[in-house]
Amino acid sequence: MNKTKILLNGLIKENPTFVLLLGMCPTLGTTTSAMGGLGMGLSTLFVLICSNVVISMVKGIIPDKVRIPAFIVIIATFVTILQLCMQAYLPDLYATLGLFIPLIVVNCILLGRAEAFAAKHPPAESFFDGLGIGLGFTVALTLLGSVREFLGTGHIFGFAIYPEEYGSLIFILAPGAFIALGFLIAIIHTINKTR
Amino acid sequence: MLWSLTLITAVAGGLLGYTNQLTEAPIARAAKASREKAIQQVIPAYDNSPIDEQTNYTVHNEYGETVATIYPARKNGELAGAAVECSNNTGYGGEIRIIVGFEADGTIKDYRVVKHQETPGLGAKMDEWFRADKNNQSIIGKSPERNNFHVTKDSGDIDAITAATITSRAFLAAVRTAYAAYTESLKGGNHE
Amino acid sequence: MLTYISIFVTAIFVNNIVLSQFLGICPFLGVSKRIDSALGMGAAVTFVMTLSTIVTYLLQTHLLVPLGLSYMQTIVFILVIAALVQLLEIIIKKIAPALYQALGVFLPLITTNCTILGVALIVIQKNMTLLESTVYAISTALGFTLALVIFAGMREQMSLSRIPKAMQGTPIALIAAGLLAMAFMGFSGIKIG
Repeated sequence: MNKTKILLNGLIKENPTFVLLLGMCPTLGTTTSAMGGLGMGLSTLFVLICSNVVISMVKGIIPDKVRIPAFIVIIATFVTILQLCMQAYLPDLYATLGLFIPLIVVNCILLGRAEAFAAKHPPAESFFDGLGIGLGFTVALTLLGSVREFLGTGHIFGFAIYPEEYGSLIFILAPGAFIALGFLIAIIHTINKTR
Repeated sequence: MLWSLTLITAVAGGLLGYTNQLTEAPIARAAKASREKAIQQVIPAYDNSPIDEQTNYTVHNEYGETVATIYPARKNGELAGAAVECSNNTGYGGEIRIIVGFEADGTIKDYRVVKHQETPGLGAKMDEWFRADKNNQSIIGKSPERNNFHVTKDSGDIDAITAATITSRAFLAAVRTAYAAYTESLKGGNHE
Repeated sequence: MLTYISIFVTAIFVNNIVLSQFLGICPFLGVSKRIDSALGMGAAVTFVMTLSTIVTYLLQTHLLVPLGLSYMQTIVFILVIAALVQLLEIIIKKIAPALYQALGVFLPLITTNCTILGVALIVIQKNMTLLESTVYAISTALGFTLALVIFAGMREQMSLSRIPKAMQGTPIALIAAGLLAMAFMGFSGIKIG
């Protein structure tokens, strides 16, 4: 398979958030700001690339019956490595994302890609699949984070666009997360169809 | 079938043990550095080591027992003030942990929120709101002795964060606890 | 006693795991088209969550912490949860075939339900006691069930309404969930003890 095609597939055609609707918990939970969305997206991207490549490399020696637990162990290992490194070198970001970092383990995107792609393709292709899907996830989270931060506080990435007093707080709170994502998905589906 | 799973788990365990060894020191350093930074930011100039001189006080009030840690700041051997770290459990998401810096007479110099589980975006406002010199928001330069450290809704002197009254109440309660611990420490009372 | 009532009410209404903590969104959107399947999912989650929280709590306090292996927490917890779900599936199938008929389809989905791992991690993070953790796990699961059942009721009604084309399916479901979350925000003033 063509590498750019694999990459674009994850970014647009099979965008995990807007098209496949996977990994909804971090999508809603960490996108109170653009920065939070970007941080979560990149964390997931890291784990996804590592787990995809490793699973693709060891797929030959894992018996089919213990496939799923083995995948989970591999994913959990990379999540813990990420967790320890973030605590050591990016403590502020770790404090913001909190519980959602260990919960990357149960993000359906990771196990889903392991099953659907990495278990059937060579490491190089799995790498690009991880990169594409991971970037698609990152873009989606950053977009949702930007929209919520913009509507809620008048900032994007902390830069003021309009005064905070005019922001509508609800978009920072839980209900706004659902509503903003609902409208974003509707817009993206409409664009995809008309094209 | 089982041997391969055991093998993978063993490799994973080894890898994690190694990573843990590598990151243990940096994690401890990062935690200490952030504490030191917070203390430095909230207290008057000092020439001692507040962390090494820390003492614990237990405060009894309407929230039960709270242990507060006091980091005294001394300049030329004289007490210049202190940073007090304590928490309050009545926030919207539970615990709010803050460090408040007092000058020697109990006037608040500055504060930092160390840990909270409030609604993201709203709770984070705590770190800016109570220092902004706008209406009656700021607590800086005030003291729980001279001012009523409750939100205006509860007929106090401090404006609550818009749409986050519960968070604001818990925050101010933590400040009051910190002040109580500080005055207790001045009396040279029952520290542990 | 008051502490437990407070944990109970807070976990169900004030800090509802789905509507204010954003955990378990996948089953919340996926298994909420009909009320009876929502109830089945809720029951299965309640069962697994309570059991797994107790097991992981004991493992953490009696094995991982004394051995200085806290960094293995994520990996151990998820393996325990996966094994527990498998075990439950086998046991229920043997002992109570009727129950298996009702819950069986939902059990495999539970391993990747992030509320289970989430609650196991939260009780450790918040330094709860074993009893507090158990109460917290049960009430969180009940809160999950409540959100799921209410939402399923809304969606059953919604399937009869005419909805603009672009909003059909997931978008309208998400917006309805947003309105439900807004309603639950009304509980936020409640404080016990």
